[in-house]
Amino acid sequence: MLIVTCPWCGQREVTEFGYGGEAHIARPENPEQLSDEEWGDYVFFRKNPRGVHYERWVHTHGCRRWFNAVRHTVTDEFFGSYKPGEAPPTVPVSKG
Amino acid sequence: MKQKYSIFSIVRNAIGYHEGWQEAWRSPDPKAHYDMIIVGAGGHGLGTAYYLAKECGVRNVAVLEKDWLGGGNTGRNTTICRSNYLWDESAALYDHSVDLWHGLSRELNFNVMYSPRGLIHLAHSVHDIQEIGRRGNSNYLNGIDAEYLTPEQVKQWVPFINLNTRYPVMGGLLQRRAGTARHDAVAWGYARGADALGVDIIQNCEVTGFRIEENVVKGVETSRGFIGANKVGCVVAGHCSVLAEKAGFRLPIESFSLQALVSESIKPKIDCVVMSNGIHAYISQSDKGELVIGAGSDPYNSYSQRGGFDLIEETVGAVVELYPIFSRMRMLRQWGGVVDVTVDRSPILSKTPVKNLYFNCGWGTGGFKATPGSAHVFAHSLAGEDMHPVAAPFSIDRFNTGALVDEGAAAAVAH
Ligand SMILES: Cc1cc2nc3c(=O)[nH]c(=O)nc-3n(C[C@H](O)[C@H](O)[C@H](O)COP(=O)(O)OP(=O)(O)OC[C@H]3O[C@@H](n4cnc5c(N)ncnc54)[C@H](O)[C@@H]3O)c2cc1C
Ligand SMILES: [Zn+2]
Repeated sequence: MLIVTCPWCGQREVTEFGYGGEAHIARPENPEQLSDEEWGDYVFFRKNPRGVHYERWVHTHGCRRWFNAVRHTVTDEFFGSYKPGEAPPTVPVSKG
Repeated sequence: MKQKYSIFSIVRNAIGYHEGWQEAWRSPDPKAHYDMIIVGAGGHGLGTAYYLAKECGVRNVAVLEKDWLGGGNTGRNTTICRSNYLWDESAALYDHSVDLWHGLSRELNFNVMYSPRGLIHLAHSVHDIQEIGRRGNSNYLNGIDAEYLTPEQVKQWVPFINLNTRYPVMGGLLQRRAGTARHDAVAWGYARGADALGVDIIQNCEVTGFRIEENVVKGVETSRGFIGANKVGCVVAGHCSVLAEKAGFRLPIESFSLQALVSESIKPKIDCVVMSNGIHAYISQSDKGELVIGAGSDPYNSYSQRGGFDLIEETVGAVVELYPIFSRMRMLRQWGGVVDVTVDRSPILSKTPVKNLYFNCGWGTGGFKATPGSAHVFAHSLAGEDMHPVAAPFSIDRFNTGALVDEGAAAAVAH
């Protein structure tokens, strides 16, 4: 089973976690000023990369806290988990 | 000339020690330029090429495939075909497919083994009952057959079902015209038909980028060099975001792994398709006798083309709960596909920000059933100026205008 690392609790099985999709999408400061295109883009459009993905997880059946992780979407290899506000870990160039 | 498959050709070739069979399609080298290029040789792409050549008079067409034809989700799905979706837009699209399924083997001179054996959605809660009631009524208004079943009637269809599960079976929604088809045969039949009409199917040819001049697509970069085209249609399912990125835009899509498994073969036991969204088990029996079981999709983005074991455990648990009789059967094979999921669980058939570049994707966990209809309306959209009226509501723009076609209940879990 996929093993996910919670930055607070350590390594746990994926069934303990919920998934939050692409990370680092900031909510627009002034939603009322956005065009339909900009709003649709914020709500629905995603990078969905085949490769390195910065994503959000929540430790639902553990500490219930949100965090970010970097994972390769083909190999499922994790390059690290980090708390909100922390800088993401660097991904080895050969794996990018 | 293509040989026609018939009882006579079988006899004739049997006498000739089966040495006289023609290849089903050629393996040509790519030409420098085509009128239209279809990227992706799954059922939807091959079907699009077939209808372009057959009905739209566009025969200078190539289908480019990075692996082997039919090796994507077309060859990996659990082959359920139904059209009992909620909204009018979906009803038009999926029921167009059901209509085409009925004549497809004859049309293609290839047995796609379409088998409208009936499909039951089980309801396990008051909410499920309300959902199938609402959807059944909406189907009825759209002229799609739908019947409400009591638990006793479900039992008549599937005598060995355990109605008294942890979440008891409270009813069911039956579509008699729904059923299954042979997935590989659909790809092979369309490939053979398209090839006979002059379409070049080029396998082991990966599209790696687009040549775009002044926002108009001029052709594709491939592992076998540049190939020019007047129009390009991308029909690459789970990999659509990868190609969109090469063309300079993003899609409202995320890719996930979806799994299925089959058991050892047994004598005919279950002659319809039964699916349960509530406890996630869906099951049918192939003509070879295997139980075909669909598992869920992993919750995280993935291109790995395999899925987590926890999902198999969950699905098999639900199957055993509903059908204790299967509890000692062994599973023979398990696999995954990369499915392209939109938030409203409806597909995208659309023009794009790049002129003459079209996408047909977002079929997610449930596009096999739509293969003929999707291919048909996409071909007509590529050949004309405007999108085909049945395809028009499924444009990418709906994610900006808000006119979503929300099939979450009809399609989120069930295929
Ligand atoms: C386990 C599973 C069960 C399913 N069950 C059902 C079901 O019961 N009923 C149902 O209706 N649907 C089901 N589906 C969904 C269904 O399989 C798909 O929606 C449908 O088959 C998609 O067909 P397609 O032709 O669009 O894509 P595919 O068959 O995936 O074809 C896309 C092709 O594009 C090729 N490609 C990708 N990138 C490139 C590139 N850069 N260059 C060239 N070629 C490229 C791929 O190799 C692939 O062959 C299931 C899917 C899975 C995975
Ligand atoms: Zn934790």
